[in-house]
Amino acid sequence: MKFIQYIGGIFTALRSLAGGMIVTWKELLTPKVTMEYPENRKTLVISDRWRSELIMPHDENNEHACTACGICMINCPNGTIQVTSSSIDTEDGKKKKILDKHLWDYGSCTFCNLCVITCPSDAIIFNNDFEGAVFDKSKLLHRLNHEGSKLRDRKKEASTLDTSAKKENKEA
Amino acid sequence: MLIYSQPLELTKLLAAIDNFLQGNLTPGWTVLVKGILVGILILAAYTLIALSLIYIERKVAAFFQARLGPNRLGKYGVIQSLADMIKILIKEVIQINKADKLLFYAAPFFVIVASVLAFGALPFGMNLHALDFNIGVFYLLAVSSLGIIGILLAGWSSNNKYSMIGAMRSGAQFISYELSAGFSLMTIVVLSGSMQFSEIIEGQRYCWNLFNGHLPAMIAFLIYLISGHAETNRGPFDLPEAESELTAGYHTEYSGLQFGFFYLSEYLNMFIVAAVAATVFLGGWMPVQIKGWEAFNQVMWYIPSWAWFFGKAGLLMFFSLWVRWSFPRLRIDLLLNLEWKYLLPINLANLLVMVVIVLSGFTLTDLFPALFGK
Ligand code: SF4
Ligand code: SF4
Repeated sequence: MKFIQYIGGIFTALRSLAGGMIVTWKELLTPKVTMEYPENRKTLVISDRWRSELIMPHDENNEHACTACGICMINCPNGTIQVTSSSIDTEDGKKKKILDKHLWDYGSCTFCNLCVITCPSDAIIFNNDFEGAVFDKSKLLHRLNHEGSKLRDRKKEASTLDTSAKKENKEA
Repeated sequence: MLIYSQPLELTKLLAAIDNFLQGNLTPGWTVLVKGILVGILILAAYTLIALSLIYIERKVAAFFQARLGPNRLGKYGVIQSLADMIKILIKEVIQINKADKLLFYAAPFFVIVASVLAFGALPFGMNLHALDFNIGVFYLLAVSSLGIIGILLAGWSSNNKYSMIGAMRSGAQFISYELSAGFSLMTIVVLSGSMQFSEIIEGQRYCWNLFNGHLPAMIAFLIYLISGHAETNRGPFDLPEAESELTAGYHTEYSGLQFGFFYLSEYLNMFIVAAVAATVFLGGWMPVQIKGWEAFNQVMWYIPSWAWFFGKAGLLMFFSLWVRWSFPRLRIDLLLNLEWKYLLPINLANLLVMVVIVLSGFTLTDLFPALFGK
């Protein structure tokens, strides 16, 4: 009886070992999903929800939607955003704030998205451009508004592409 | 027997070198120069094979684990292990304060010398055989067992409990499985009636020993592969180096080139086991031939003998990698259980069966001399 068990045990073991080897053999032949990054730049797909770099979309007239209200700066938990503004007089005699510099520090941002959510004018969004590594720390400080840009006229705003893209982004 | 044309064989080249040396030097110098040449060749082949094995192992392991493995250095990462070698060569050999200095430094040499000695006695191809002892199998078993002395010394002299436990485990494992490996090779020695590698290979011209001895030969083959794995400390029998328990086992304290020696010899031992199995069971460098099919045989001979040898050994090595990445590591008691309660008794019975089969003429060559006979 013992002897039969002994022999039976050997065959059970061999069978289960062979079963394991079949499993690993299948694994050997399955196509690998590893992405080889710098080579696959062209085909690389980054999720739309990925937050890489804060940008302020400008339209073809070099106009943005930032009213320099400073809400993003107040809401940022890390003090990453610095909004500086100056006030000018408009033609009809009113005082108006305009944006001087919208500074965002890539190095201290936690990509929490609070600034984007709270901006009343939907002036800033996160893009997908994740290759943000630089050799110098000072290069991490981005100025978001372009040189010579100005505030977009409210009436035209609804038709611009940038904000509609922004809305989609928020809904997602 | 027909003489086949063998265009890619190295025999002519070797003969030319031999003639050249004998024509220009006195006999004593000829032997000396030849010895040095062979030594250099063997060492070069040793390093090359070990490096390519390390690369292949990493690649195959990666594919078994659904990864790509090294893929940055050169096309598909082929020169990765070369870079690793350079890195290891320029690393500092760290002095261990309370180690037994002499033994500590001697240990890696024992390991590497044992595997070079065994490597040198392998028949790589037709006439590519440094020394054809008439006790080749015995010699190989003897020198490959020397390595364990190095491992025990390494563990002892490191003055480190992990190294010591690793070395003791390795010793227990090696000595146990050496028995099985020896007996399974003896089974084939009984079958082929010789311990000389060249004769064993010649005997497998039309029928590999694996088939010639049918059932007992196949059992011996399996047992040899299992114990070969265990002797080379490779998974699933890699408890001497179980990193989760022993950091790195017996070579924990070694660094730089000394570690490199252990590393190289581990891979080379794997090759040696595969090569011996291929030579003894699968016909070694002898091309596949079928009696009477002259055209077919000629085609087979166009493939040079060393390609056959490396092909067969390569298959077995792939098998070994496959096993390594399939099974979980054994516990030490189960490991010794497997050897002493299963492999050894089966092996002894198997040897007896083989003797009976050979004596009563039940081998394939005896049963069908027209098909397989010499
Ligand atoms: S994402 Fe968060 S941390 Fe980054 S700038 Fe916006 S509010 Fe600040
Ligand atoms: S980005 Fe938005 S929240 Fe920030 S200052 Fe401009 S308008 Fe205000």
